[in-house]
Amino acid sequence: MRRAPSVILIVAAVVALGLVPVLAPPFYANLLVPFYGYAIALLGFNLLFGYGGLLSFGHAMFLGLGAYGAAVIAGVWGIKEFEIVLIGAALAGLVVALPLGWLVVRYTGIFFGMLTLAFGMLTHSVLFKFYHLTGGDSGMRVPRMRLLGLEFAAYNKIELMAGPFYYYCLALMLIAAFLMWRIVHSPFGLHLRSLRDNAQKALYLGVRVHQFRLAAFVISAIYGAIGGAILGFRTGLADPELVYWTHSGHLVFMTVLGGFSSFLGPIIGALALTLLQDQLQSYTQYWRFVLGAILALVVIFLPRGLAGLAADVGSFLSSPRRRPGPVQLPEHSQPGVLGPGLRRDDVA
Amino acid sequence: MSAFGNILLGGIFHAAVLFLVAAGLQLVFGVQKIVNLACGSFYALGAYFGITFVTLALKAGMPQWTLLPLLLVAGAVMAVVGPPIERILRTVYDRDESFQLLLTFAMVLMFQDIIRFLWGANPTSLDNVQLVYGKIVAGDFIVPVYNLLVIAAAIGAAALIGLFLQRTNYGRLLRATAENRTMAEALGVNVRGIYAAVFTLGTLLGTVGGALVVPTAAASLDMAVEVVIEAFAVVVIGGLGSMAGALAGSLLVGLIRAGSLVFYPEFEILAIYLIVIGVLLLKPSGLFGKPAA
Repeated sequence: MRRAPSVILIVAAVVALGLVPVLAPPFYANLLVPFYGYAIALLGFNLLFGYGGLLSFGHAMFLGLGAYGAAVIAGVWGIKEFEIVLIGAALAGLVVALPLGWLVVRYTGIFFGMLTLAFGMLTHSVLFKFYHLTGGDSGMRVPRMRLLGLEFAAYNKIELMAGPFYYYCLALMLIAAFLMWRIVHSPFGLHLRSLRDNAQKALYLGVRVHQFRLAAFVISAIYGAIGGAILGFRTGLADPELVYWTHSGHLVFMTVLGGFSSFLGPIIGALALTLLQDQLQSYTQYWRFVLGAILALVVIFLPRGLAGLAADVGSFLSSPRRRPGPVQLPEHSQPGVLGPGLRRDDVA
Repeated sequence: MSAFGNILLGGIFHAAVLFLVAAGLQLVFGVQKIVNLACGSFYALGAYFGITFVTLALKAGMPQWTLLPLLLVAGAVMAVVGPPIERILRTVYDRDESFQLLLTFAMVLMFQDIIRFLWGANPTSLDNVQLVYGKIVAGDFIVPVYNLLVIAAAIGAAALIGLFLQRTNYGRLLRATAENRTMAEALGVNVRGIYAAVFTLGTLLGTVGGALVVPTAAASLDMAVEVVIEAFAVVVIGGLGSMAGALAGSLLVGLIRAGSLVFYPEFEILAIYLIVIGVLLLKPSGLFGKPAA
């Protein structure tokens, strides 16, 4: 629906993001690099949560995997090509997620959330306790890497982040988003949504439930690992906090803030939280309280997130003669409806 | 032998405190079907308030031996945060469980800063009070009487909760609501009142657990998120919603933690989570839980 204006909006947004390093001080471009990491990770996360109806509360483990993967490949083995690191991180995500997913996709709802949380905390305790392998709580250093074989020796770390690496990540996010768009709108994506809405009926119709959920889990893990590799390069460090359960909670937070029932929701959420957190931290040391309050308000009053709000405002403005304001709570807020309950026209 | 005894008692003490927190989690999940991540924040709140309350009371001239009753009172007072939070959670009772989980996560974030605001970021502790009740010494075997009292208090709490749920009229209404909310409501049970009561009781168990632990350990900002994952391990091992499971699970987790801290520290949390995953994969309903529908 309304394909034309949204394409214009997306192009405008990409152009605006592309202009940030040119127009704004390097601080802002540097600030946005983690946003790209999170955006890529959340695109994958939302395949599982928004489209698959599976809430993982241990997804930060794959971000950790990517960051530690970068630390091992570039730091320990000395292969300082970021492309190889990305491929390595993706492979690591694949290798870990296959057996893990095979175990966890047999469960849904709260059991899926608890199992992923348990695996996440298991990973955290391994990273935290096995000091000689992982550096314990001080983590592992992620060295500076080459991009597309170029050294960028004239740039210091901030200039590299705010210049070449910024555009690199922007391109990476666009590729990741395009691929995810194709995945979501393929028959596979349709199968996944049917599993979310009514797994029993889908099974009856011949959908291979576990295989499809496993595929979604693995794809989301690969996206998570790639996002984690970006975060690792940005901070120059892979530490166990990346894998702690509260970080997984933050991933869910961003997704819900942006709106999990919309394709671009997670990206909007990642951007909103990155900017918000930066602003809040400069105003008050009690920024967690404000974030928590915002999360509570979004959960209670805006279950479809910022993207849902934007869609409501958009449809209100474009059709003034319609009855004012769509109902605030969509159907999934009603009892008895399982899963996040996406509205068809929100994704089309 | 004596080392073994010390480990055993340390583990049981930890289990006793953990049981209180896990029991609160179980109660809320059993009746309201909400996984309350904020139970760890209640625990931290109880701990910090316990320190302030006891320090003030002792300064005001209360005798030293009133430590345990003072802590219990402090924990009970802090349970006042329960009803307002239940009121907020009421807005999402009919929603998907991921929303409920997220709302309690929002509480975790907020309480962390509320505590930071009220008590500061540095760990606080209650000094020189653990031994006011003396200690029992037998060779190398040393145990503060306070620890034994806390273990006794936890056993007492378990017995009281059991009696309350099984024998009293209100307990029966509560179990009926847990079993089938719609049917209970149709039969005239005040479900809204029961939800408020259950959540407050769950809060009370958390705050009392936190208050009781402060004579033996410092209160820190991280204690909230740390105890959540342990309590969570307890309820998964024991079975979601089961009180007997909370008891067995907390004993298991307490003993494993104490044992691995002594023999192989790297395995402390690892061992617990391996058991959690094993239980979830082999018997997702837990040791004492009812099979999931």
